[in-house]
Amino acid sequence: MDASLTITSATVFMAALGGLLAVLLVLANKRLYVYEDPRIEEVENLLPSANCGACGQPGCKAFAEGLVEGKFSPSQCTANSADMNGLIASTLGVGLGAQEKKLARLACAGGNHVAWQRARYKGLDGCRAADIVAGGGKGCSWGCLGMADCSHACTFDAISMDDNGLPVVDEEKCTGCGDCVTACPRGLFSIHPENHKLWVACKNLEHGEAAEADCDVACNACTRCAADAPAGVIAMTNNLATIDYSKNDKLTRQVTDRCPTGAIVWLDKGKVHKGEAARKVLRKDALPVAR
Amino acid sequence: MKKSQKGFLQMFGGKGRFRHGIHPEEHKELTEHKAIRRIPFYKEMVLPLSQHRGAPAKPIVVKGQDVVRGEPIAEAGGFVSAPLHAPVTGTVVAVDRLVPMPDGKKGPAIIIRTWPSSTQEILYSKTVDTDAMSDDELVQAVQNAGVVGLGGAAFPTHVKMKAPKGKNITTLIGNGCECEPFLTCDHRIMLEYAENMIKGIRLVMQTSGATKAIIGVEDNKMDAVHRIREAIATASGDNSDITCEAVATCYPQGAEKMLIKSLLDLEVPSGGIPADIGCAVFNVGTLAQIGELVPEGRGLVERIVTVSGPGVSNPGNYLVPVGTPLPYLLKHAGAIEDPGMVILGGPMMGAAVATTDIACTKGITGVLVFGQEELPSPEEQEEMPCINCRACVEACPMFLNPSMLGRLSQNDRYEEMASRFNLWDCFECGCCANVCPSNIPLTQLIRVAKGGHMQRNKD
Repeated sequence: MDASLTITSATVFMAALGGLLAVLLVLANKRLYVYEDPRIEEVENLLPSANCGACGQPGCKAFAEGLVEGKFSPSQCTANSADMNGLIASTLGVGLGAQEKKLARLACAGGNHVAWQRARYKGLDGCRAADIVAGGGKGCSWGCLGMADCSHACTFDAISMDDNGLPVVDEEKCTGCGDCVTACPRGLFSIHPENHKLWVACKNLEHGEAAEADCDVACNACTRCAADAPAGVIAMTNNLATIDYSKNDKLTRQVTDRCPTGAIVWLDKGKVHKGEAARKVLRKDALPVAR
Repeated sequence: MKKSQKGFLQMFGGKGRFRHGIHPEEHKELTEHKAIRRIPFYKEMVLPLSQHRGAPAKPIVVKGQDVVRGEPIAEAGGFVSAPLHAPVTGTVVAVDRLVPMPDGKKGPAIIIRTWPSSTQEILYSKTVDTDAMSDDELVQAVQNAGVVGLGGAAFPTHVKMKAPKGKNITTLIGNGCECEPFLTCDHRIMLEYAENMIKGIRLVMQTSGATKAIIGVEDNKMDAVHRIREAIATASGDNSDITCEAVATCYPQGAEKMLIKSLLDLEVPSGGIPADIGCAVFNVGTLAQIGELVPEGRGLVERIVTVSGPGVSNPGNYLVPVGTPLPYLLKHAGAIEDPGMVILGGPMMGAAVATTDIACTKGITGVLVFGQEELPSPEEQEEMPCINCRACVEACPMFLNPSMLGRLSQNDRYEEMASRFNLWDCFECGCCANVCPSNIPLTQLIRVAKGGHMQRNKD
């Protein structure tokens, strides 16, 4: 008798409490309701969810919001496939927009078969770790250390290390998000539009023989490319050729022709074209450590 | 320190010591009894423009110009910067040649070819009356002398000589701990240049407004303590405002935060500087140079470098002209031809160099040479997983958790390290990596994290 009363009263009380809280929740949901455009979620689901930042937004959600508001065009997401971006465009009923493909470019061509090592680095694996310890073992203190910090940082698996210890960017996979730019302790990566085809693959600030003593493919500041280019497009700053990309359309492949070391190159469809005068690098194996 | 805290509690800290730290093998017997000896002038001196922290110096000489020893050849590039002086009488052959620097980068340097027949007297000096100088004039005089922190940091000394705005300096601390193994240059300076050091302390007390000065010396150098006390007694009587105290021999006693804790039982707040608690810490070698150079109006042209290690047949404390190429110094000290590792500074905090083709700069306290056979084998150095033994936690003088920092660093979680685990309080003394039984390169991981964190904040 007592037991059934207890059970009944408890059940009724709990049911009443549940009902009361449910009413409260319903009221709260009504009062505190924030309208969110359902298209945002729809668009977000079509984005790659990589949160890579290549669009300049902190993540895919922010980009989706911008898309719905019309601030961006779908093609600004470089990580997405063209089909998916087309789907977003048709969902939102907007144009795809034109977006130049941007790529990460490495300003070094000094693999271990052309660049000299002056010491053996033993210790924590990684470019930044090696750079702290007397700049690693590489003779060129500006060049790529070849310990794959960029490759590890890449979200899209677009950077692989070649046989000579240099990172190679897969142009298909690269979205230009800039993670490798942050990862490289020597600041060798930068993001460039695909049509910046002329490229100085060197950061060595030495002049002449001193530069070539570090690396066979270093820019030795001979100024031939600057002379061959239209006036004012290539300047020599601190013994290094620098290209003014605002005049990019004036540049032709001829600029690279007389470069003796092949430091200035013409990049086209994933291929590296050196000038005719560039010495052929025949060495395949790594250079010994010079003492 | 209050009386009640003495006794039993002193085991855990209190005067004369700090908590945690380690006791590495000292190896100081190799050079501590060797008097300072000058090395000959090399035929070509290399003076990097960036020998100090802060802005690089700007050359004021041109190629082909003749300079006399002690003459300014580069002016300070800003307030946090120091000028350079010609270490030899000779001819400038280049003002912007790129030379390898100790940190592995290349930087511009002035090259001077020594005149072989010169007597190398210091002709460029102007005696000044330091008593008649105002504080600002004195600070300027120290900058003009090109004095930087000679304990290894090479931070321009004049910047620390006046209390920052809104802060008061009451105590000047002379740092004569030299806790790094092998190094003995400060020990010899305290023995041989104690009078100059006292003079330097007086000058710095004048500008900083400090009312007392304490020289802290580790108790493995009691001869230096006695020598300094004698010098103080001779200079200013028994009840001087300058005192010399022995502190426990324990690495890293020579870190300024540890030394302040040992001498005054005060703690520098996290992220703060010693001036926050009224202290200013100067290396004894720096003070000796101030005392020697400023009254004579001269510039810093040489420093004392300990050359030691198992790969040196003639170890010693050498008076080295700034700009002397390292190979020449090593040859003079009888270093082996094919060293396995050359370290600039002490073995704990110093960095191995990738090439000996560098010049001695103002910040080099010592050069240690090890042969190939002395290096640990790869098996000995093999990194194993952390076993949570908390040896690093008990060694860390800053009371950080190096094990956790290391793990976070391996996973690139730099922001968390900075916000939750006080990454920037670490001053990279190396105790954690030294005691780690699993050979985890904790200090290196922390340094990588600092670099990565800075880079991310920049973007």
